[in-house]
Amino acid sequence: MTHASRVRAVVSMQSRPILKSHARLQYDTVREAWALLSPERVFWPNEVSLDILRLCDGRHSVAQMISLLADQYAADEAEIAPDVTGFLQEWSDKFLVTL
Amino acid sequence: MNEPVLPPIGMLAELTHRCPLQCAYCSNPVELLKANREMDTAGWLSLFEQAADLGVLQVHLSGGEPTLRADLGELIACLARRGVYTNLITAGVGIADGRIEAWADAGLDHIQLSFQGAFAATTEKIGNSRGAHEKKLETARRVRAAGLPLTINAPIHRHNMEEVPDFIELALSLGAERLEIANVQYAGWALLNRKALMPEREAVERQVQIVEEAQERLRGIMTIDFVTPDYFAIYPKPCMGGWARDAFMVAPDGTVLPCHAAGTIKSLHFERFGDWSLSRIWHESSAFNAFRGTSWMQEPCRRCERQEIDWGGCRCQAMAIAGDAAATDPACIKSPLHARMGALINEAISTKTADTTPDAFTYRRIGRVTEPMV
Repeated sequence: MTHASRVRAVVSMQSRPILKSHARLQYDTVREAWALLSPERVFWPNEVSLDILRLCDGRHSVAQMISLLADQYAADEAEIAPDVTGFLQEWSDKFLVTL
Repeated sequence: MNEPVLPPIGMLAELTHRCPLQCAYCSNPVELLKANREMDTAGWLSLFEQAADLGVLQVHLSGGEPTLRADLGELIACLARRGVYTNLITAGVGIADGRIEAWADAGLDHIQLSFQGAFAATTEKIGNSRGAHEKKLETARRVRAAGLPLTINAPIHRHNMEEVPDFIELALSLGAERLEIANVQYAGWALLNRKALMPEREAVERQVQIVEEAQERLRGIMTIDFVTPDYFAIYPKPCMGGWARDAFMVAPDGTVLPCHAAGTIKSLHFERFGDWSLSRIWHESSAFNAFRGTSWMQEPCRRCERQEIDWGGCRCQAMAIAGDAAATDPACIKSPLHARMGALINEAISTKTADTTPDAFTYRRIGRVTEPMV
């Protein structure tokens, strides 16, 4: 038995993040809010988190995501890049996103 | 109760009390229900529809052993149709070929598989079931092959605490995303077997170190959720996230309870689904309103700055140890009865035999109705 074959994924500009199969983003009509469902936990992402999660489709690279988000928020790419990569690393570590 | 009652998020559905294992640490009530008391398929389907309407987002399908219900696929399909996240909590022994794949096709989101030991001998001894370990390993492989995410659940007590490092290796080798190292909670059969299950303080301290080190080392590789043992705690857990605050459970016969041990609080009356709608039970049941919010609290909870962190802790533990369900959970250092937790640990350890085999277990069986002596 070894865990050598399993290493922690680290976010890069080339990563193409995708939501894990056990995580599901869905609109809750009772509370009128977006929920991210996962084993044992329900997350209530804020608007910025939602915009990032919606781009986690396995097609957009992190670099493309940053560019799109910078446009959307009329912000500087260099300024938002650490927030986006930090978020993705955290959500990868929480097993909600595959990098 | 001035605050509005918000809709529940989670529901634990104990579909049956039948189980192929006989684990002495089981938190099911000592008075187990036989198959003929179980709610039928139509009853569960109707309950799940009402749960989704009410705002439930997650259902944990448990028991007993939920896979003994032949209608499990139908129940999963109903929940999946309503967008409810489904988590199957199974012992993973004796699941017929093709069923796991069928549940995945029906929309099952996740499987939680229990291991009583990291090694075959321990698993067999704790569950009193020959060959159980190999069957569980096979179930884990089939879960992965079906593409379903997997959590390994390891209920921890005196007889397997030293295997915690091996549980971590086992979960990694099985490709689990998540491992729960869950120190047993003394409710139901576990309360009956408390003396035989209680670990020693030094072993608990070693365990905490091992788990914290592994959580750090395996960050991003495998999530380890650690349920610490109440009797060794300083502050209580926010049991169920607060009584009737965002979760509830349903017993095999459709009785709806704020938590799975709430039946031990004999002053409470619980409604059955069917007699009342789920919405009415959630909002109006006297049992649900008994300890909701903070207005029921006594000292020291009443003026405690942690009252909305731990919500007074576990009502059933207060009942079991303080003899008063409205008392502060004795796990809390601020409880006047906190010293009793230490005394119960010492009492269990001092009566322990040199032999570490769990001869003193009262194995979980349907039909035994002995009430635990506290």
